[in-house]
Amino acid sequence: MAIEVRIPTILRTYTDGAKQVEGTGSTLGELFTDLEQRHGGLRDRLVDGGGLRRFVNVYLNDEDVRFLDGLDTPVKDGDTVTVLPAVAGGAR
Amino acid sequence: MLTIPRALHDKIVAHARADHPDEACGVLAGPAGSDRPERFIAMMNAERSPTFYRFDSAEQFRVWREMDEADEEPVVIYHSHTATEAYPSRTDISYASEPQAHYVLVSTRDENAAEFRSFRIVDGVVTEEPVSMVE
Repeated sequence: MAIEVRIPTILRTYTDGAKQVEGTGSTLGELFTDLEQRHGGLRDRLVDGGGLRRFVNVYLNDEDVRFLDGLDTPVKDGDTVTVLPAVAGGAR
Repeated sequence: MLTIPRALHDKIVAHARADHPDEACGVLAGPAGSDRPERFIAMMNAERSPTFYRFDSAEQFRVWREMDEADEEPVVIYHSHTATEAYPSRTDISYASEPQAHYVLVSTRDENAAEFRSFRIVDGVVTEEPVSMVE
C-alpha cells in the first residue's frame, strides 16, 4: 500500500502526464520529498521554504491541510492526497 | 475564441451584479477536451472583498471532484472587477494555472453596461480572445 497523490493538469509535466502517482512517508512533507525522487521538480511547485506555496491547495482525503498541520500533517497508507491549483486573483 | 451560450453569459453578468461591490467568481464546466462551457457554477468568494477573490478551498474540492467524476473540466473561470476594467491584474496572472481554461473578466464599474472579456493566460502571458455568443 502507498499514498495516492492526485496531480492537477498544470503539474503533470512533472509526472509524465500521469493524473495519479504514489508515494510514501509519515508526513505530507516526507511524502513530497519521496515524490521528488521520481518526479523531479514537483516538490518546488508545492513547497516554498518551510511551507506550502500559496498557489496550491493540498487536501488530505477531503480536508485542506492548511486547516490540519500543513506539511507536518501525518499521512498513512491508503490516504489520498489531492493537489489543486488555488483559484484566486483580484483587481490589483 | 470563446464560444458561450447567451444564457451562461447572462448568468455570469447577473452573478457579478448581485455581488457588486464585492468581486464575484465561478466556473463554467464542460466535457473534458470539448472547449464547450455547459454548466454554470457560482462559487463563494472566500475573501468577500471588492478587490480580491479566492475560491473557498473546501467548495473548490467538492466542485473539482464533481467535474472529475463527470469527466468535465473548468472550461471558463470567471471573476468580476468592480471598479476597474475587465482585464487580468498582476495577481490574476500569477494565479492563473489552468492553461486550457478561458479566463473571463466582467467589470461592473458601469452599472448600465457590463464589460465581458475573455483571455487565455499561459505561463504568465495574457492573450485576449473574441467572445462569440450563441443561442
